[in-house]
Amino acid sequence: MEHHSILRVISKLLIPPIILYALYVQWHGDYGPGGGFQAGVVFAVAFILYSLVYGVDALTRIVSPRLLHAFAGIGVLIYAGTGVVTMLLGDAFLGYNALAHDPVHAQEWGIIVVEFGVGVTVASVMMTIFIAFASHNPPLKDEDW
Amino acid sequence: MMALIETNLPALQVVLPLVAAPVCAMLGRGSRSWAFATAVSWLTFLVALSLFAKTFGGTIISYEMGGWAPPIGIEYRVDVLNAFVLMIVSGMAAIVLPYARRSVAAEIPAERQSFFYTAFLLCLTGLLGVTITGDAFNVFVFLEISSLSTYALVASGAWRNKRALTAAYNYLIMGTVGATFFVIGIGMLYMVTGTLNMADLAVRIAAHGDSSTVHMGFVFILIGIGLKLAMFPLHLWLPNAYSFAPSAVTAFLAATATKVAVYVMLRFMFTVFGFDYEFQAATLEMVVLPLAILAMFAASLVAIFQDDLKRMLAYSSVAQIGYILLGLAFLTDTGLTATIIHLFNHAVTKGALFMVAGCYVLMAGTSSISGLRGVGRDMPWTTAAFVVAGFSLIGLPLTVGFISKWYLVQAALELGWWPVALLIMASSLLAIVYVWRVVETAYLQPAPEGVTRKEAPPSMLIPVWILVAMSIWFGINAMTTSAAASRGGNMLIGSSQILWED
Repeated sequence: MEHHSILRVISKLLIPPIILYALYVQWHGDYGPGGGFQAGVVFAVAFILYSLVYGVDALTRIVSPRLLHAFAGIGVLIYAGTGVVTMLLGDAFLGYNALAHDPVHAQEWGIIVVEFGVGVTVASVMMTIFIAFASHNPPLKDEDW
Repeated sequence: MMALIETNLPALQVVLPLVAAPVCAMLGRGSRSWAFATAVSWLTFLVALSLFAKTFGGTIISYEMGGWAPPIGIEYRVDVLNAFVLMIVSGMAAIVLPYARRSVAAEIPAERQSFFYTAFLLCLTGLLGVTITGDAFNVFVFLEISSLSTYALVASGAWRNKRALTAAYNYLIMGTVGATFFVIGIGMLYMVTGTLNMADLAVRIAAHGDSSTVHMGFVFILIGIGLKLAMFPLHLWLPNAYSFAPSAVTAFLAATATKVAVYVMLRFMFTVFGFDYEFQAATLEMVVLPLAILAMFAASLVAIFQDDLKRMLAYSSVAQIGYILLGLAFLTDTGLTATIIHLFNHAVTKGALFMVAGCYVLMAGTSSISGLRGVGRDMPWTTAAFVVAGFSLIGLPLTVGFISKWYLVQAALELGWWPVALLIMASSLLAIVYVWRVVETAYLQPAPEGVTRKEAPPSMLIPVWILVAMSIWFGINAMTTSAAASRGGNMLIGSSQILWED
């Protein structure tokens, strides 16, 4: 897609704000609309847009499928690990109150950590699904357009 | 530390395989992830055993997820009935996984094996979660976890036979329809009651009384779960899914997945809707009972004419689910005991039979019955295991199959339903036919020329024979299982009647 300069420039302009917005949705999730799932999807969209314009190979050079698989697992481990930690601290599974002295803070921290895990998993799974489908067929050549 | 583990046992039951699944995916190599998954399955089994030991006397353990009290928060509720089912599910996983190593190594390429075991652990997580939770919506979530991983597991049979892909797709569509019906049903109940906790639902439905929304909710849940447990006309996904899935997966699913769906059915029929709910009694008697009897005969007849051993056993599973539903439709104490005890007995029997089929697939390279001519001489231990487990499937005395049939016939006689009792015995005759076909081919027909078949390795034979030994042991000494089953049945009847009286 070397000669589609408008698409290339616009997408390069768009990708950083998309990622920034994803991070905003992620960290804003505990006291407003948002959260890990939405943030993860938006975050993955930045990468998917990149690969739509520059090709799947360009994307897999930045994030290899192996890395994505690992992050998909790590996200789950962050979530479930929080639960295990609260269990070890003497509360129930995912009983955030044990995380700090003050229940309000504890709940907030618990939610933030858990939602981060959700975000990591959702973003990597979205990208994995995209790569799986997009690299299934040989990509369309520029001349075929 | 021990006290910490003890208070969190209900959570650990689900969290252990859940945390293990992503770790398993990161381990990379097949044999490492196999060893890890096996260790986790045994730990899970230990948790289930201790939960069963705690609840056997009648205690009910309630665990509040995240410290939020029910009915607002998600509650894990363990009583003797679901502890029994938890034990079946995790026990089967613990027995199937050691067996799986050789079979999976032959059926799944090495670089995919760690994902295979990950999906297996996720499936285990889902099935255990469905069983342990006391929250209706949580049931749906875990049902989806187990179903989605099951679709992947079935599809992974594609390296042996490409048709596994269409089988998995079929199962995906049917399973999703089932799950959707189920969640619509829950939505209707939520509309009426405003709660999702099962115990709370029961109280509020009782207070609310009868309405067409509750009727619709009941029907949606019945059909949704009916699809998941392969109730007779809704069983079409099952034969293909079971025959094309990898052998270890078939053995595990046949022993657990439909059983867990039956448990959900029991829980909703009796705990949520209440035992003497008139609409339910009519539906069970007019719809489920005839379908169950039809399944016993139709599926057994189809099984007789199958050439593929796994397919034959799959149809026989549909027939066995007929027996399980029959006990449920009697709506009596003995009938429920028969249903619950048959969950265990059928899991042991069918697990052993499908594992034998897996041994044939690995060592003889085929699961077609005509390809197994004379296999009884080449693989004596495997075939002997098939014969004993086959006896149990038929329901001969001294096997667990007999215990189930005994309770079923007794339940039918208590009600004075002579024809039903006769039909139960008549359908056992069909089981004799299809089991005998295999035995005859394996022992009495000459082996085809130029075929060399070796006995299955000990790592597969030992799990098979553990199950076979269990099917004999619990057939002679059925004290524990029948006590658990009758206590579970009593509890289902008891809890709902109390709720309906006040």
